[in-house]
Amino acid sequence: MAQSPATTPAPSDMRRSQAENARILARQRRAVQLRYIVLVLPIVLYLAFFYGYPVLAMLFRSINEPTWTLDHFAEIFRTSVYAHVLWITVQISLVVTVVTLLLAYPLAYLLSSVSSSKANLLMILVLVPFWTSILVRTYAWMVLLGRFGIINNFLIWIGIIDEPLRLLNTRLAVYIAMVQILMPFMVLPLYSVMRGIDRNLMRAAEGLGARPDQVFRRIFFPLSLPGIAAGCLLVFILSLGFFITPALVGGPKDVMISVLIEQQVNTLFNWPFASALAAVLLAGALLIFAVFNRILGVENIFGGTPS
Amino acid sequence: MTSTTARPAKVQSTPRRQLPSLPRLALYVFCTLVLIYLVFPVLVVIPLSFSSAQYLTFPPPGFSLQWYRNFFERSDWISAAILSFWVACVVMVLATILGTLASLALVRGRFPGRGLVNTFIVSPLIVPAIIVAIGIYFFYARLGIVGQPIALITAHTALAVPFVVVNVTATLYGFDERLEFAAMNLGANRLQTFWHVTLPIIRPGVLAGALFAFITSWDELIVALFISGTGAVTLPRKMWDSIRFQIDPTIAAVSTLLIIITGSLFFSAEMLRRRSERLRTAVVVEEEG
Repeated sequence: MAQSPATTPAPSDMRRSQAENARILARQRRAVQLRYIVLVLPIVLYLAFFYGYPVLAMLFRSINEPTWTLDHFAEIFRTSVYAHVLWITVQISLVVTVVTLLLAYPLAYLLSSVSSSKANLLMILVLVPFWTSILVRTYAWMVLLGRFGIINNFLIWIGIIDEPLRLLNTRLAVYIAMVQILMPFMVLPLYSVMRGIDRNLMRAAEGLGARPDQVFRRIFFPLSLPGIAAGCLLVFILSLGFFITPALVGGPKDVMISVLIEQQVNTLFNWPFASALAAVLLAGALLIFAVFNRILGVENIFGGTPS
Repeated sequence: MTSTTARPAKVQSTPRRQLPSLPRLALYVFCTLVLIYLVFPVLVVIPLSFSSAQYLTFPPPGFSLQWYRNFFERSDWISAAILSFWVACVVMVLATILGTLASLALVRGRFPGRGLVNTFIVSPLIVPAIIVAIGIYFFYARLGIVGQPIALITAHTALAVPFVVVNVTATLYGFDERLEFAAMNLGANRLQTFWHVTLPIIRPGVLAGALFAFITSWDELIVALFISGTGAVTLPRKMWDSIRFQIDPTIAAVSTLLIIITGSLFFSAEMLRRRSERLRTAVVVEEEG
């Protein structure tokens, strides 16, 4: 590579030196790659020991206790109570995802259409709940929705109702709290995709005589689909595994799978059965992730990394 | 021809920008309501924490600092807060070191299995927390370290590393490697180059990742629910127990403190992220221009 053109060697010499160069380069490259592997090895070993192995060992328990068996899985799907929990979990996650999308889409649209200084200001309002711990936000909803909570007091005060409504520990409370808690996970990907949409395309459509609703339906909306997909994926997967909120504001009939797992471990000490439930939850989450990943690619889900 | 096609567009778009049309107005109203829905529940806790009443009632009948006094005078609350704080500090250091090293390899390296390693490292973000929690619980129960701070530290570090990796890799993608070549050309060794050239440039990403790691541990409840035992009760765990058994306004006081602490940390992280984004675009513009 560094040979100067002044001393051009004979063709055969050159071939040999080229081969040698390639060998040296390859060896150097291997040395560099080895260094990278050394950098990444500590965390891989760490996660393998403190995360990968424990999770796999736990999953293994579901088919290996007391002996090789699929009974624990059979029990989940055979017992109507447990099958119902799975169904409720999927149902709540779906409703939460759809409602979150319907509320977040216009907000993200507005954020993407105002100037970036205004958008940054409004974004702080979106991020304030994101910054606050889920426990604190769930507690806030308990305060708001309680029998003598703020909403009931307010409704009685303005005279709409005479008796306090039962809001806390209902399905409605789970929806209201989960949508508020998960909304930033929908707004952020929507906003980042919408921000990247070329406004000239819409102006062009307008110039060609499209009505505003047509411009939205045929230009803007299709271009925002990657954001919708990423946001829905995040919200849906997070909903499936949600624990704190359904445990605190949900009713006795709104047990989600994470709450059931916690009961099985901490109250009933039925560890193999809890492991089987965890395996079902994990399979569901990974399946959905794989489907979306197929459509989108991981990079787009985690906020985009230029390659 | 061009002027006739351009004119109707101009005529149409100018008045719309000046006077908000009906759909635009509806959009404003709708978004205002959504923003209130997002922010109000967080803010409502704050006045409650200064209530003079013995139970939760709104509006508070009078002003009092009794719930803050209650928090600061009770050793179980204070010791939980102290434990949470130092555990989070250790987690932050461990996760930042491990995560930053891994990020360098993931962005620069082209070794076989890189994609797989990347997926493995960020996978704690996707796997539901309850699954990680019970896996770790069963494992630690066998090791006999449930209820010890070391259990929390090791578990929280595993959960925090992905946040460091996501933040640092984002900064590294915009990094101009020629700066490192220049440093090494001038006689710096690898370590000196990293310490004096690479690290100062990617610092916003590293610091943002560190803050995320801190908050991940500081706010973490689900793993703590299983492995805190009675010996290592963190602040979220203490709050959870307290919310389950009695709702007194002490929780409101603790929540207010948490909102302030976590809020200011996230705010700093966000500022750092913005700064690193600016640096990144600056590099791109420079290269293009």
